[in-house]
Amino acid sequence: MRFQLTDEQRALRRGVRDLLSGRFDRDRMRACLRDAAVDRRLWRELGAAGVFGLRLDGMGLAEAALVFEEAGRALLPGPLVATHLAAGAVDGAAEGETVVAGCDGTLVDHQADADAVLWLDEGGARVLDPAQLVTVALRSVDPMTPLNRVTARTAEGRAVPDAARLRQEAVLLTAAQQCGSAGRTLESAVEYAGLRRQFGRAIGTFQAVKHLCADMLVRVEMARTAVYAAAVTGDPVETAAAKLLADEAAVRNSRDCLQIFGGMGFTWEADVHLHMKRAWLLSTRFAREGEIQDALARSLSAPGIW
Amino acid sequence: MDLTYTEEEEAFRARLRAWLAAVLPTLPPKPGPEDWPGRRAYDSTWQRMLHDAGYAGLHWPEDAGGRGATPTQHLIFLEETERAGAPYVGAHFVGLLHAGPTIAAEGTPAQRRRWLPPILRGDDVWCQGFSEPEAGSDLAALRTRAVLDGDTYVVTGSKTWTSHAEVADWCELLVRTDPRAPRHRGITWLAMPMSADGIKVRPLRTLAGSREFAEVFLDEVRVPVANRVGEENDGWRVTMVTLSFERGTAFAGEVIACQRTLREIAAMARRNGSWDEQALRRRIGRLAAEFSVLWRLIQWNVSAARGRTGVPGAGGSVFKLRYSQARQELYDTAAAVLGADALDAAQEWTADRLSSLSYTIAAGTSQIQKNIVAERILGLPKGP
Repeated sequence: MRFQLTDEQRALRRGVRDLLSGRFDRDRMRACLRDAAVDRRLWRELGAAGVFGLRLDGMGLAEAALVFEEAGRALLPGPLVATHLAAGAVDGAAEGETVVAGCDGTLVDHQADADAVLWLDEGGARVLDPAQLVTVALRSVDPMTPLNRVTARTAEGRAVPDAARLRQEAVLLTAAQQCGSAGRTLESAVEYAGLRRQFGRAIGTFQAVKHLCADMLVRVEMARTAVYAAAVTGDPVETAAAKLLADEAAVRNSRDCLQIFGGMGFTWEADVHLHMKRAWLLSTRFAREGEIQDALARSLSAPGIW
Repeated sequence: MDLTYTEEEEAFRARLRAWLAAVLPTLPPKPGPEDWPGRRAYDSTWQRMLHDAGYAGLHWPEDAGGRGATPTQHLIFLEETERAGAPYVGAHFVGLLHAGPTIAAEGTPAQRRRWLPPILRGDDVWCQGFSEPEAGSDLAALRTRAVLDGDTYVVTGSKTWTSHAEVADWCELLVRTDPRAPRHRGITWLAMPMSADGIKVRPLRTLAGSREFAEVFLDEVRVPVANRVGEENDGWRVTMVTLSFERGTAFAGEVIACQRTLREIAAMARRNGSWDEQALRRRIGRLAAEFSVLWRLIQWNVSAARGRTGVPGAGGSVFKLRYSQARQELYDTAAAVLGADALDAAQEWTADRLSSLSYTIAAGTSQIQKNIVAERILGLPKGP
């Protein structure tokens, strides 16, 4: 047993972080607030870097989780999980030539930009043409993620095998994104608490602020441990637990970060609201709090999970 | 990242399991909670059995009388002994988890030879004289004085929250040897024989009704200089080695025990109908996630400690913060499942609910742990 990142995994994480800070810096991220359409050039760059196809190239779920953690940290928009899961099943997905939107039966994101839709629910996995979904547009709370509510499906689409596994991986990779976001809002909060001065001292000297930051770190450590363990074991119960703790870490850390930023945190200019809104969105996707808790309770006395 | 065990580790587990299955039925009956001499004898019998089978001080270095096992083997040991329902360290907690590791890390060869073998054999019981009425979270405010008189320290003061004081042979004692030095620099670590003249022990009753700890009054107690571990006035640093041990793997067995209790709570909820309450069921589901991830966090911390001296760092504070909270929530949930039956103090879960209240206080309150985490891990500036 050696439950620590390997040197290769550390290098992968560093590589993805460098890539994203170069190709998706803050200016480019803020530009998505004016135009939320998927940036095709960036999508191909992500494809070339292996974000969607790395598991076709011999890497595992643990490596994918590290990549998606970095994506969540950088607030990278777009149907990342669906395109990653469609690699191998939809032409061009692995290379980033094709944008595959995700649909959990209720909502679909980026429908207008997508070339295909990966439908994932209890009934199975299928690939559809975006035009085969009848939807109503929402004014999405996450300004970088256009959302449509599904009212009907005009075709069955093409069934994709291994639906249960795909759904579990969707849960895990979404949890990994939440984990990255929770880590990022913690860093921002700590940085701001060290710089912002009131009453003649950095606000980070006050225990009330320190304890908020300590709580944030505990949530990140728990969520990250849960995500990594689930990625290594592939266990459905651990995957559900990881989503529960990662959702909580992302949502609550963004709130605590906002609180530490004070009035600045309530502005459009600060990035923390973007993390909070993305966390709200991802916490509803593929598996949500109540159903996870029900499933985990059942798992105590019966094998299996869903 | 690898969560599988090697063949060698699995072989170790299998040998340990077979041994536990053979010896646990031979243990004498467990004494009552108020029978301290009986508890000491029981705990010592178990420690002696571990020692004779080669499992005492498993992860201690070999030059300290240990077996030099890897942190992973130690974790397997903690997991398997808990799963088999083996006794806890009990009265040997301080010797095996505080005083022993401190002596192993900081003692002279002669001190190691003198004190470590009886700890590992289960012959000597140690207690801890750290906290004082005016020095709790602020341990460095301790005032118990030690004045040098020839080759002896003369110690006067009082200690509190001292577990097992009534049956201990030795006390790991923190004293102030230089009242003029900055407060962290005037403290010394002494091994005080509990048989010395001038020691008075007054048991304290916990809110659970039991006598788990005591006040210890010291009136000109004479402790030989040879009993000092580390240099004079270097006791704070010596102590920090000890304290960090407490937050490492000390709770590994308990996490396994909590998982078992949670399954029992779920089974009880199904029997008495409270399972039909969605909110209660979801509390149980949430705790399942907590304890399963806390176990993974222990594995993470143990893996991180590999290659270092084996002294867990501030990562233990993160674990302790979450674990102590989860354990209290476990018994609050048990009470919700039991309903009116939870008001029966004879109920095991009610007794455990009461003792669990110490978890966010003992060995560094949660508030102090958060300060440690914020300052040492996150690097936030020290407070006023």
